[in-house]
Amino acid sequence: MLTVEQVEKSFRGTPVLRGVSLEVARGDVVAILGPSGAGKTTLLRCLALLERAEGGTLRLGDTLCHLPTASGREAVALRRRMGFVFQSYDLFRNKTALQNVTLGLTVARRMPRAQAEEIGLAMLDKVGLLDRRDAYPSQLSGGQQQRVAIAPQPEILYFDEPTSALDPELTGEVLGVMRRLAEEGRTMLVVTHELGFARNVANRVVFMEEGRVVEEAPAQTFFSHPREERSRAFLQQTLEEQGKES
Amino acid sequence: MTARLWGIVTDSFWKILAPGLVVTLPLTALSFALAMVIAVAVALIQFAQLPLLRPAARFYIWIIRGTPLLIQLFIIFYGLGQVGILLPPFTAAVAALAINEGAYCAETVRAALESVPAGQLEAGACAGLTWLQTARHIILPQAMRTAFPSLSNSLISMLKDTSLVANITVAEMFMAGQKIVSRTYEPLVIYLEVALVYLLFSTVLTKLQRAGERRLNVYDYR
Repeated sequence: MLTVEQVEKSFRGTPVLRGVSLEVARGDVVAILGPSGAGKTTLLRCLALLERAEGGTLRLGDTLCHLPTASGREAVALRRRMGFVFQSYDLFRNKTALQNVTLGLTVARRMPRAQAEEIGLAMLDKVGLLDRRDAYPSQLSGGQQQRVAIAPQPEILYFDEPTSALDPELTGEVLGVMRRLAEEGRTMLVVTHELGFARNVANRVVFMEEGRVVEEAPAQTFFSHPREERSRAFLQQTLEEQGKES
Repeated sequence: MTARLWGIVTDSFWKILAPGLVVTLPLTALSFALAMVIAVAVALIQFAQLPLLRPAARFYIWIIRGTPLLIQLFIIFYGLGQVGILLPPFTAAVAALAINEGAYCAETVRAALESVPAGQLEAGACAGLTWLQTARHIILPQAMRTAFPSLSNSLISMLKDTSLVANITVAEMFMAGQKIVSRTYEPLVIYLEVALVYLLFSTVLTKLQRAGERRLNVYDYR
């Protein structure tokens, strides 16, 4: 469903992505793991065309997009089919929870308000926030804000460490919603530090380091029998750290 | 206070207030509305970093902020007449005030636009909005809330600046006062009276500002 080929990106001459390719099938939950500085966030930002890649293509469904030359119009059309949940919850601060989920429909897609609200209310219901429909982001907890961001239902959802800025007790509620979406068969690409989530919810893992994909494997295989030496080192180190925290 | 003086004061109150209501207030409202249109456009041009228009916007602000309003009024009313552009006094006044205030307010709006976190622009892009849609529905509303107190300031300031247009023969409050003084030779009380009416008007505007701020506080996001 999503095919990414040879994405390249550098910042001021320093290469951050050195030809990253990956594939996400419909209904897949793909976890992108890797140490800080591996280029995971940059990759997602390039796939969202928030960052201009220097090389590479993206195919979503039957739309092919050459990342370095994509026009603004192409970018907007692509983003309308994607959903984004970022580390720091960027909801529209001047809009209520309901308006946040319907704005993409009413403004971007010119859907009549009544119809959009009906869809929006169903979305909020799904993430358990129906009773907070008229709350502004400042009146929502971090976890609730992330759930509002998750609510719209595009073809593919990108997550960039959706829980890393949250308190531990709020992490659970966000991961819970993500797990439910995964079970419903939503397609998701998740940059995460939560090895537990990657192991239990994701069906595939992409391990990145220094701007390259080091290993790509089914989640169970990756955790039980990592093929690459560096994957093993990363897993061992991260598990130790996360063990210390808990 | 003598009976004669008191008679003059009560007599002239309506003569000052009337042009205030039919000239000063509409002149202020119209000029400020136009100034807002100019300000938002000029601020957005800079915010979007449009290649050719951005320097033009900076040039406009430089010229207008660097020259006195009174001289701008004279250039538009008397000066342009020489090259065949004859404007009625009221129209010239609106044009000069709007162009002048637009330059100041453009800077206020620009600063407010820049104070909206960059993440909001990206959130707009992520929701599938175009740049213009994001600017209109997300960035501008937040910026205008930030700019509101400063813009109210500008409005009150402009209300008083309208007294300058007496110089280009617009029969507003100050000119009404001058006429009464030339008839009665009582500059002290009459000009105090004119000042009082201005104070009255700006007090109402201050109250409106308070009410406006309360309404805008529905989504307090700090």
